[in-house]
Amino acid sequence: MTEMKNTFSRRTFNKTVAVVGAGAALGVTPIVSQAAWPEAAFDAETIEGVLQSLYGVAEAIPSDAINVKGPDIAENGAVVPVSIKADIPNADSVALLVAKNPAPLASSFDLANPGMVSVGTRIKMGETSELIALVRAEGKVYTATSKEVKVTIGGCGG
Amino acid sequence: MSNHFTRRSLLKLIGFAATGSLVPASLKSFVEQASAADGDALYDLPLQGNCRVMHTTDIHAQLRPVFYREPNVNLGVGEAEGKLPHLVGRSLLEKTQIPVDSPESYAFTNLDFEANAKRYGRTGGLANLKTLMDQLRAQAGGIENTLTMDGGDLWQGSATALWTRGVDMVDASNILGVQLMTGHWEFTYHQEELLKNLSRFKGEFLSQNVRVKEDSLFEDAYFELVEAYGGLGLYDEDIGYAFKPFTTKVIGGRKLAVIGQAFPRTANANPQGFIPDWSFGIREEEMIELIEQIRQDESPDAIILLSHNGMDVDLKLASRVDGIDAIFGGHTHDGIPVPVEVKTPNGGTCLVTNAGTNGKFVGVMDMDIGEGGVRGMQYHLLPIFDDLLEADSEMDAFINNIRQTIYEDSVVESRAENHRVSAIRMGKTYGEILDEKLARSDRTLFRRGNFMGTWDQLICDALKHEYQAQVTLSPGFRWGTSVLKGEWITMEDVMTQTACTYGETYVQDMTGEALMTILESVADNLFDPDPYFQSGGDMVRVGGMDYTIDPSKPLLSRITDAKLDSGEVIDPAKTYRVAGWAVVGDAPDGRLIWDIARDYLLDQRDGEDVIRIQKMNHPTLVGVKTNPGVADYEGKLI
Repeated sequence: MTEMKNTFSRRTFNKTVAVVGAGAALGVTPIVSQAAWPEAAFDAETIEGVLQSLYGVAEAIPSDAINVKGPDIAENGAVVPVSIKADIPNADSVALLVAKNPAPLASSFDLANPGMVSVGTRIKMGETSELIALVRAEGKVYTATSKEVKVTIGGCGG
Repeated sequence: MSNHFTRRSLLKLIGFAATGSLVPASLKSFVEQASAADGDALYDLPLQGNCRVMHTTDIHAQLRPVFYREPNVNLGVGEAEGKLPHLVGRSLLEKTQIPVDSPESYAFTNLDFEANAKRYGRTGGLANLKTLMDQLRAQAGGIENTLTMDGGDLWQGSATALWTRGVDMVDASNILGVQLMTGHWEFTYHQEELLKNLSRFKGEFLSQNVRVKEDSLFEDAYFELVEAYGGLGLYDEDIGYAFKPFTTKVIGGRKLAVIGQAFPRTANANPQGFIPDWSFGIREEEMIELIEQIRQDESPDAIILLSHNGMDVDLKLASRVDGIDAIFGGHTHDGIPVPVEVKTPNGGTCLVTNAGTNGKFVGVMDMDIGEGGVRGMQYHLLPIFDDLLEADSEMDAFINNIRQTIYEDSVVESRAENHRVSAIRMGKTYGEILDEKLARSDRTLFRRGNFMGTWDQLICDALKHEYQAQVTLSPGFRWGTSVLKGEWITMEDVMTQTACTYGETYVQDMTGEALMTILESVADNLFDPDPYFQSGGDMVRVGGMDYTIDPSKPLLSRITDAKLDSGEVIDPAKTYRVAGWAVVGDAPDGRLIWDIARDYLLDQRDGEDVIRIQKMNHPTLVGVKTNPGVADYEGKLI
């Protein structure tokens, strides 16, 4: 009834990567790497505080070139899938903030090879909130805000 | 057939009642109302056009005819206030031009429910539905001109569906001739059971919005699971479609594309533990892309959506997505006799329908499809009046056979190992178990409505008694049938209110603050003004406690004045003994809710076998006095 179309699956990809990883030192350059742990930024309790400690700027420039997206309603607040795409030349760093989390910074990525930004990650959300993306390029920091992602009680569906 | 109500008398009534009704001009070109000027037309519908789509939804495994009372509280908030489907009673009749005190007013509203139920009899039942469907197929010139679809919630809702893990309903679906389906409660069996059921189902299961989680696609276990079912459960690994997103059918010589949309909030509203590898969601952008792809790759003459979104979500979706000619909707159990015309972004029209619940209706959309486009559509939501239809013999025999099945040790009726199978039911036939008379009702029992129903109160009373609880919580499911005042409540009736795969109960100490947070959160799932943020059924039922609710307020500010039956005001800092059931997280270990209800009815009925409700916990409603989504409310309106 159902045919499987593709010959190259994520699963085989995963295995291939694992094998490559085991061989190590094959000169594979990571596309995305986690930066040195920016502790002060992850501890900051305000968006301004994150901007200051992560990028050393007081404010970010709103940009239509950034698309930050989460689900309308989180299926599980502990692992909410989020994506950030940005069409900003020479972007070298991306950060994701959850506006209403006590410490808003959820993830930050330094891009080893500046280029098109397309990042997917999963974050923890305690309550309904907007998501804020920050993208740094050529020393400037750009920002965009998502629709609200609703975090709600389960059950009682009919 | 109990013939207090014959075809002849019905036709007379319809013919009389319909005199003088006018079809609104805006709908005239598209819609012929169920109250046809010609009374003979109730079940006599020659095909108008070249394609007949028959749609059922939310039957909730009701194989046999039932009484089902439509709600008297179905509030619309925000932009939905006062619009279909949020009209009840006379407001619904006026809007859809159905005469008061007619067979149709019995079918579509709660008005004079008891008297009309006695007059017009039971509705639904798959043997009667099968007879009517066959008749509608014949009238359309044969199955090459018809498409039979079900919108889901077909395989859950009865004891026999639970005990066979949906299999009895899969077989019934095959007999009925269901060609296409999507789902919601079908996902409350374990995902492997669903795949097994789908491999038994002769139709196609469609959903563009059920996706295999990324993590699962990195694991061997999921691939091994789907390989065991011939690939079912992984339609497209690149996109992550668990199931086929759409199909095309040539009907009446024209190519029809049908997209499936499962209930987007399944993983929120029901236990995720059953379906660990799947993610849901509305996925509007993906729907838009899919429609574009279908148009390019398939060049269909029409595109329709088989949806379990719920009517409010369907109405919003229709206003934001181009290219869908009609949405055949379910989930919210709205029996809406006329389709709602929605303007799409590019100025087109999408007809949005919702076909009620419990097998009470079949939606019939006759489409006149030209090459590359729809020329016209006519919609009827036909009530299934059992006194007017002969039972189909094949389906009837099948249903009788199910009832002869022996309840054996292999039954699984709970997630909790200690309640997996019941010793008291062992060795009896399903029919024997379900025909047990438990008590007579002191009033008509029903559930559907935004707030507490009489059936819910009985369940809350039973929980309160079992656990000596102060407050009881019962889920606001929209399924469950009705029992007329003075009639026996059977075990089957109890099961139609409760039969689900997570019927375990709990009792726990809870702070007043935690209790209020639960109520506020569930209220927000129901009354969020944006339909895309709504996520489930009706308001959780609260026994032993009264409260006041203003649905128009935002989260955490709707509910006030909560107090126990004793009059004691709920204190956020104090602790209360709270009992409930249908937990979506880990299974609690309390007895199954249907056993608690059964024992309560048997033990607490009076000398005349009547079970009495001492007090109804109707919440007080604020700001809805003029809202046409409420009528004859038995609680207070302020």
